[in-house]
Amino acid sequence: MPPLLQLTAVTKSFGAVRALRGISFDLQAGEVHALLGENGAGKSTLIKVVTGAHQPDSGHLEIAGQRLTALNPTSAREAGIACIYQQPALFPDLTVAENIALRLGKTTPLCRVRWSEHRKRADELLRRIGADIDPGAEVRALSMPEQQLVEIACALGASARIVIMDEPTASLTQSEQQLLFGVVRNLRAAGVGVIYISHRLEEIFALADRVTVLRDGESVGTRPIGELNEAELIRLMIGREMAHIYPDRGGTPGEIVLAVKGLNCAAGGVRDVTLDLRAGEVLGLAGLVGAGRTELARVLFGITPADSGEIRLNGKPLRIGSPAEAVAQGIAYVPEDRRRHGVILEMPIADNMTMAVHARIFPGTWLRSGVERRLALDYIRDLGIKAYGPEAPGGSLSGGNQQKVALARWLATRPRVLILDEPTQGVDVGAKSEIHKLIRQLAQQGLAVLMISSDLPEVLGMSDRIAVMRGGTITAMLPGGANAHEVMAAALGQEEGNQGAA
Amino acid sequence: MIKRNFRELSVAVALGLLLAFLAVAAPAFYQPQPLLSLLAREAPALVVACGMALVIISRQIDISVGSQFAVCGVSSGLLVAAHWPVALVFPLAILMGAALGAVNGLLVAGLRLPSIVVTLATMVTWREGLRWLRQGQFVNLPDGGQWFGMAQTTGQITLVVAAVLLLVLLAWGMKNLAVGRQVYAVGSDAEAARLAGIRPPLVTMGTFVFIGALAGLAAMMNLAQSPQVDPKSGMGLELKVIAAVVVGGVAISGGRGNLWGVFAGFLLLACISPALTHLHIQAYWEKAIQGGIILLAVVADGLRSRRSNRTGGGAP
Repeated sequence: MPPLLQLTAVTKSFGAVRALRGISFDLQAGEVHALLGENGAGKSTLIKVVTGAHQPDSGHLEIAGQRLTALNPTSAREAGIACIYQQPALFPDLTVAENIALRLGKTTPLCRVRWSEHRKRADELLRRIGADIDPGAEVRALSMPEQQLVEIACALGASARIVIMDEPTASLTQSEQQLLFGVVRNLRAAGVGVIYISHRLEEIFALADRVTVLRDGESVGTRPIGELNEAELIRLMIGREMAHIYPDRGGTPGEIVLAVKGLNCAAGGVRDVTLDLRAGEVLGLAGLVGAGRTELARVLFGITPADSGEIRLNGKPLRIGSPAEAVAQGIAYVPEDRRRHGVILEMPIADNMTMAVHARIFPGTWLRSGVERRLALDYIRDLGIKAYGPEAPGGSLSGGNQQKVALARWLATRPRVLILDEPTQGVDVGAKSEIHKLIRQLAQQGLAVLMISSDLPEVLGMSDRIAVMRGGTITAMLPGGANAHEVMAAALGQEEGNQGAA
Repeated sequence: MIKRNFRELSVAVALGLLLAFLAVAAPAFYQPQPLLSLLAREAPALVVACGMALVIISRQIDISVGSQFAVCGVSSGLLVAAHWPVALVFPLAILMGAALGAVNGLLVAGLRLPSIVVTLATMVTWREGLRWLRQGQFVNLPDGGQWFGMAQTTGQITLVVAAVLLLVLLAWGMKNLAVGRQVYAVGSDAEAARLAGIRPPLVTMGTFVFIGALAGLAAMMNLAQSPQVDPKSGMGLELKVIAAVVVGGVAISGGRGNLWGVFAGFLLLACISPALTHLHIQAYWEKAIQGGIILLAVVADGLRSRRSNRTGGGAP
């Protein structure tokens, strides 16, 4: 029998970034196949190729022996592929039955809606996966795991043969997890192929039949779960050489600039964070997606102010209730998603660079265009920004150069603390190393830098110290010389005792 | 330079063509006194259009300006009729407009309500309140109060110069004052602005107070031109100024546009009616032609943003 799904030498690039470099992957009927890899290893892209959201540049797919060059979302659904995302994509104002009917039904606009049938169908599907949910309930009123179950019911109703689950347990409690595992096992018993993505190794050992590890867009290997232990899995995930040269650390850190003690923020999911940040150092903040790193930055910058805890800047306690207050105190935050809420694309880069300064000065202040232009030209030169001039709109620049403009905006405020969130995400290799050099220079000039990064080599190569977060709190503080295994183990929450096995 | 201001320049060119055409086809249009009267009549609306430009650049809208204009006009008319000195009534009218604007601002910025709904509500409320209070009665102004006691021509020139001066100052300020930049930043991306330490609610509040104050100023400028105040004055003013702003190249989605474009757009729309008269075309074509111009402007903006989305996209 041919495999349910077979990917052969699939590649996919986004501009200069090669997300998938010739991946082959297969899924058998009645198996749970776990997909594992660091952030950015290519898991999401691979899933998007399978669900038809992305079309591969080369390579091909076979579904139950039928060869295809690409899928689109509709043809993927017709081929029996269903994906259950971490955040269920349901309509909150409609009932469960309506949601299921919408997903499954093929109707014409004027066709009569048979409510009783929809309800019966929904009831039956939910029963089949053992979910105790009223089909007449509004989705808004359901908990996150219940919504996931509705998604699974939809997948079942569409008689999906291939079900993809992307970190399904990220927001579940222990007992909800057990329920979900039961559903997954039922699916497997019914001959469905399940692609299961999770960062929790214990789940993978509990559920998966086989594991495929991705690294830098390549498959490092597919193994039956019985042949592996946790240490080997971690080694497969991180085992790569440092291809990139990082700037020398050098210099001894100065006094503590930012001291955080027992910081909590329920809205951001940050709990009991204690942290010191010294002048002249780069503190790397590592952790998996969802570990609470960006949330911590948002608390420190006053976007979601802390509920409790203490923040001291140069020994002085302060309360940061809004970004404006943070800026006034000399804290700068270059956010993760620079396309949204970072550089304003239609605004000239000179205006973009002075934007945060405007917030600090009296609103009636006369901006001398000569001064602004000179400042912009200085940053264009110092940061090596490739643009035709200060009046070039932000949108005309490449990703790396936009990132530098965002950086310039904050440097112009002369901050004492610089928080960088994924500073080199989506940036090509050349710009990446320039940004690394810049970060190091800034630290050497006495700035305290907190660098959030999901790029493990970057964290290891750049940081003077590494804080690892997991579940909203800092679980480990490692010295700059730490190795990838230590960081990964702390991020995955592996018990200290198990590490000895490595 | 030309590329960046293409939208504004194309409106200016259209205006230039219309004026040139009139110079040939209807030179009577350029008779000084009627032309001056036309400009003086339009000056109050130009002042309100300046405020509207700011509000729309900050990604809000204010459709209550016509009612604010009427409330300020009637109230200050009553004060003038009661022989209060104009020098006192003048700032009071502006303050009153600012207060009405503050109501909008508090509701929009404070409660985060959509500005179209808030200002629709205040538009109807002020207008109906005024109707109820005045029962449709005009306010008769004392003789000799017109033109603030100046000769008619001097008064008209003063009004036009004041309106244009205000526009020039605002155009300069929007570009060269920190607060102007904040208005653009909030309109482009309020969240990015907030992350840059700007307080978007304050900026929003400020623009609403500002346009209210300008509505008060415009009401005084209108008061000076006529012997009585109609409580129904200012009806449709909001549509007129929004049209001028949109034709002038301010993006209804905020963050783009400038006051020079608004000036050109305003003059273009204002010239249509007298142009038709001078060309002996029936007046009811006016609205149709103005509508056509607005549609053209909106379609041009739509095509523009579609094009920039296509080229602006790319790899994540």
